[in-house]
Amino acid sequence: MGLLYGLIAVGLALIFGLMDVVNFAHGEFLMIAMYVSFFLFAFFAIDPLLSAPLVAAALFVFGAVVYLLIVRFAMRAKANAGMVQIFSTFGLAIVMRGLAQFFFTPDYRSIPQSWLGGKTISVAGIFLPEPQLIGALVSILAFAGLYFFINRTDFGRALEATREDPGAVALVGIDKNRVFALGWGLGAALVGLAGAIMAVFFYIYPDVGASFALIAYVTVALGGFGSVFGAFAGGIIVGLVEAVTALVLPPSLKSVGIYAVYLLVVFIRPRGLFGSM
Amino acid sequence: MDNKFAARRRRDLIIAAVLAGLAALAPLLVKDVYVQNILILTLMYAALSQSWNILSGYCGQISLGHALYFGIGAYTTELLFTKFGVLPWFGMLGGGVIAALIAMGLGYPFFRLRGHYFVIATIVIAEIGLLLFQNWEWAGAAMGITIPIRGDSWLKFQFLRTKLPYFYFALALCCLAWFVTWWLEDSKWGFWWRAVKDNPEAAESLGVVVFNSKMGAAAVSAFLVAIGGAFYAQFLAYIDPESVMGFQFSLLMALPAVLGGIGTLWGPVLGAAILIPMTELTRSYIGGSGRGVDLIVYGTLIVLISLALPQGLVSLLSRTKAKGATR
Repeated sequence: MGLLYGLIAVGLALIFGLMDVVNFAHGEFLMIAMYVSFFLFAFFAIDPLLSAPLVAAALFVFGAVVYLLIVRFAMRAKANAGMVQIFSTFGLAIVMRGLAQFFFTPDYRSIPQSWLGGKTISVAGIFLPEPQLIGALVSILAFAGLYFFINRTDFGRALEATREDPGAVALVGIDKNRVFALGWGLGAALVGLAGAIMAVFFYIYPDVGASFALIAYVTVALGGFGSVFGAFAGGIIVGLVEAVTALVLPPSLKSVGIYAVYLLVVFIRPRGLFGSM
Repeated sequence: MDNKFAARRRRDLIIAAVLAGLAALAPLLVKDVYVQNILILTLMYAALSQSWNILSGYCGQISLGHALYFGIGAYTTELLFTKFGVLPWFGMLGGGVIAALIAMGLGYPFFRLRGHYFVIATIVIAEIGLLLFQNWEWAGAAMGITIPIRGDSWLKFQFLRTKLPYFYFALALCCLAWFVTWWLEDSKWGFWWRAVKDNPEAAESLGVVVFNSKMGAAAVSAFLVAIGGAFYAQFLAYIDPESVMGFQFSLLMALPAVLGGIGTLWGPVLGAAILIPMTELTRSYIGGSGRGVDLIVYGTLIVLISLALPQGLVSLLSRTKAKGATR
């Protein structure tokens, strides 16, 4: 579970952490990804596991479009940039929820049979559900890929540089909008991946994103903004804390542990565990 | 310069008095209960947003967890009322004081945080409050509290036949929040807050105790919001954790101020006057289908307004008036 939180958070870490843009519609991105996965299964009988790259591609386009249509303008705001970002993406989240209700109806949906659904695997006497395991695997791969991407490729450097100083970046011939649009696409694609895997074992409904979004923010902040590794570590910690809290407290209180740990961490380290900003 | 500032403040006060007077007459013209309901909610959100604006607008500490104080106001009042028979008026004040104390208690660790870390901490603490109340059996847990009807009177702050008293209370609360803001704007606190918002290091070096000014703003803000929560609970006669402490309240308090103009005297009132009727009308006229069209319209409007007017609607007004009149 922790690695899954990590996977949801990693897309956010890219958008929120590396580009310093607040995306309050992150949970809704996840929701869309789950629906895409569901419909690919329902109409074309493509197993969520196979369709995951398709979902990621769809979300990539979606993320880039959202950037170009909305966020680009929000970032241009001279005053109250933070609030404008919060509320324009929050408005977007409401629209997306409304659209989902309109087209998909508020019914709960699930993918009844998939290759992985309900299967378990026994490792050294511990039974682990397969979908979660695959999710964890994908999550590790995604993190490794992203880490490499940010630190070792030109694009990654361009992204960091653009956040640091858009003006200087323009001087050396990098188009700020292109870099950020790609960044948003990438962030959304990662959420797409998470959504595709989660579609296997979570109910899908228009408000599903909201319950995961806050945990994703907490995960990113816990790890510290500006650090991909931080989001990864944050995800693992959040997952563990949730599991432990669920043992000690009633299940309905399981998130309290996560929140408490976040508060504790930032009181001791006001920039998160590995944050640079 | 000083004269102009004083003149502007006097003008603001006169405008506010006139508006309040006109608003007080509104129920004479509007007999429709549905419209009265919208007016009451508009006034309440204007008051809440004005209070939120003190901490987040003037002092620059963006809180998206004010639902916590709202809920505390509502719960303190109703728990005291239903369990101990304490009159809502005392519960209201008690709720306000408790909320202010909690705000200050939280301020100790919270005000060390900056930027997103602070915002997320405020969201998280409100969420913890929500979860605790949802699991607190004595306080009704997730089922909430239904406020028993004890008669129609100002003493019990319950009115069955008419909504007018609620209207006047909401108006009074709105005026109070406005007046407190107006008064603080020109006090040393107001200047401290703006200094803290613009540049905390510089403010500190000039002798402003940054920490204390943040605490002051948090306490005033939380107190007023809790009063609003107490009012809301009496008005609805039913509360449950989600409906008084949910995250959407934190956003609904912030939204009018942001749309109207954050950190301005008139922003919250203006924002609420436009936003709340819009919310209610889209909900009741196109929300009936249950298919989320209202959400689509509402969300689109929020996106458009926040993109088109990053400084809020107030900036439109001051642009059309003589340029640079005061600053």
